[in-house]
Amino acid sequence: MKYIPFINTIKIRENFTQYIRSFSYREAITGYAFIAPAGVIIIFFVIIPIIFSFGMSFYKWELIKGVKIFIGLGNYARLLKDQIFRRALFNTFYFVVGSVPLSVIPGLILAFLVDQKWFKGKSMVEVIYFLPVVIGWVEIAMVWRWLFNPNYGLFNYILSIIGLPGQHWLGNPQLAMPSIIMVHAWKMLGYNMILFLAGLRNIPELYYEAAEIDGASRWSIFRYITLPLLKNATFLVLVLNVIYSFQVFPQSFIMTQGGPYYATYVVVYNIYNTAFQFYKLGYAASMAVVLFGIILFFTILQKRFFGEVVEY
Amino acid sequence: MKYWARIGTYIIIGVGMIFMIAPFIWLLSTASKPPHEIFTYPPRLIPNDISLLENIREVFHWIPFGRFFLNSIIYAGTVTLSTLFLGSLAGFGFSKYRFPGRDVIFILILGSMMVPSQVTMIPVFLQLMWLGWLDTYQGLIVPGLVSAFGIFLMRQFIMTIPNEYIDAARLDGASDFKIYWILILPLSKPALNALGIFTFMATWTNFLWPLIVISSESKKTLPLGLAYFTYQYGTYWNLLMAAVLLAIIPVIIVFLIFRRYFIKGITLTGIK
Repeated sequence: MKYIPFINTIKIRENFTQYIRSFSYREAITGYAFIAPAGVIIIFFVIIPIIFSFGMSFYKWELIKGVKIFIGLGNYARLLKDQIFRRALFNTFYFVVGSVPLSVIPGLILAFLVDQKWFKGKSMVEVIYFLPVVIGWVEIAMVWRWLFNPNYGLFNYILSIIGLPGQHWLGNPQLAMPSIIMVHAWKMLGYNMILFLAGLRNIPELYYEAAEIDGASRWSIFRYITLPLLKNATFLVLVLNVIYSFQVFPQSFIMTQGGPYYATYVVVYNIYNTAFQFYKLGYAASMAVVLFGIILFFTILQKRFFGEVVEY
Repeated sequence: MKYWARIGTYIIIGVGMIFMIAPFIWLLSTASKPPHEIFTYPPRLIPNDISLLENIREVFHWIPFGRFFLNSIIYAGTVTLSTLFLGSLAGFGFSKYRFPGRDVIFILILGSMMVPSQVTMIPVFLQLMWLGWLDTYQGLIVPGLVSAFGIFLMRQFIMTIPNEYIDAARLDGASDFKIYWILILPLSKPALNALGIFTFMATWTNFLWPLIVISSESKKTLPLGLAYFTYQYGTYWNLLMAAVLLAIIPVIIVFLIFRRYFIKGITLTGIK
């Protein structure tokens, strides 16, 4: 005899009816009305496109040729062999690995220094360091392109004063990426400093007072009190920076146009060219899905790495 | 010892500040130079013949700078106002009303925040093509009328407003929309300030989206117009820098006036 699981459908229906009845009709209608305008926009321009994007990545979808054929994982197989995409992926990792520590660590140190009780001129420091944050990438990139100018730029002039030879900062394949990383770190430094300052202000004064009474040195206060209690803030800053850095684009678009010899050609640049210069939408969608996967992976990895929340 | 540590701190911060400010000074210096002084060696900080105004006039002569600026105002202004309005409306709905499916919808919106815009931009481009909205203001603006993040931030904030206030207003006979308008909106001011500044900054500086949607010159936003200017007149560094200066001065002024909100906005929006 087969065992037939006993499902009480009447009970389920009753529960469901009760659940629905527990809402006031008027309240529910009003609630829907309040979320409706925003909901329509989000569904139409965010939720549907997300699903659509995954779907498109299984198609050979080319606007110019008017092609739209289902090819399964074909785009992804092609990505694996695509030399240019691999180059772009490598460059993007290079950029993230270079730019994140270079803007996060100095940001942390600055925040710690500025947060000292005796420090005067905090608000001026905040304003100056935050200034590059509020200005757009296009403007910043234009100014730095001029600073990096091999013949008349300020950088090579300063080098020549010290007696060093001038460099083709953005024209040299070896130097182009480090130069872009430097600009990125310069712009993001103030942003990270502000985030760390907010984290530092959440640490109760009590801990520092206790440490001072015990005669702890500044370094050991930083190492054994500030750093551990700043774990959450550090996690947040790292995640934000990694996500932001993976989306690098205007920097290289304005300063080097991806060059020289693909030295600064990054994933978003590749997506942009594939989708909006060559109109290979399906192939570009598969690149975007890969980018999303990588960003998601790093977000989860960092969550793991930082583990449980520190309470105090 | 302690004394030296303090001096060391000021020196580190001070040197850093020079490093932060130097590019702007160099920008101002180049923007003030007549053409023949850009390429002098060694470079002079203060030009012999200060021609900032001439350069600015030249910029307006060479590119429709005013038009780009106006377009940026329209784009960033509409997106910001709409995000504040629709975001707070939805935030109020999500936090103070009970209706079937509320939490599922909210989690869906929350989840969509994790997806970078590069994933959605290709399908949205197609949608705009089908609507016939490519290279139009509505194509530029409508997809950004509200953000998942805006809804999330407003919901979190409005949740902290005590229900008693709402009940009291209701007893006085206020309608739901009136409660939103005269009670919730004024009480949400800190969150609205932060969200407003954050959205305005992000939209004003957005480069990728206008680059994809807009192709005709008369609809270009400032970053797009400047990028175009860079390619067109690549070696006229004095004019390029004058254009950059014109573009960033309003931003710097707004930043200096509202700097408290900026910094608060960053810390509030960073923690999401």
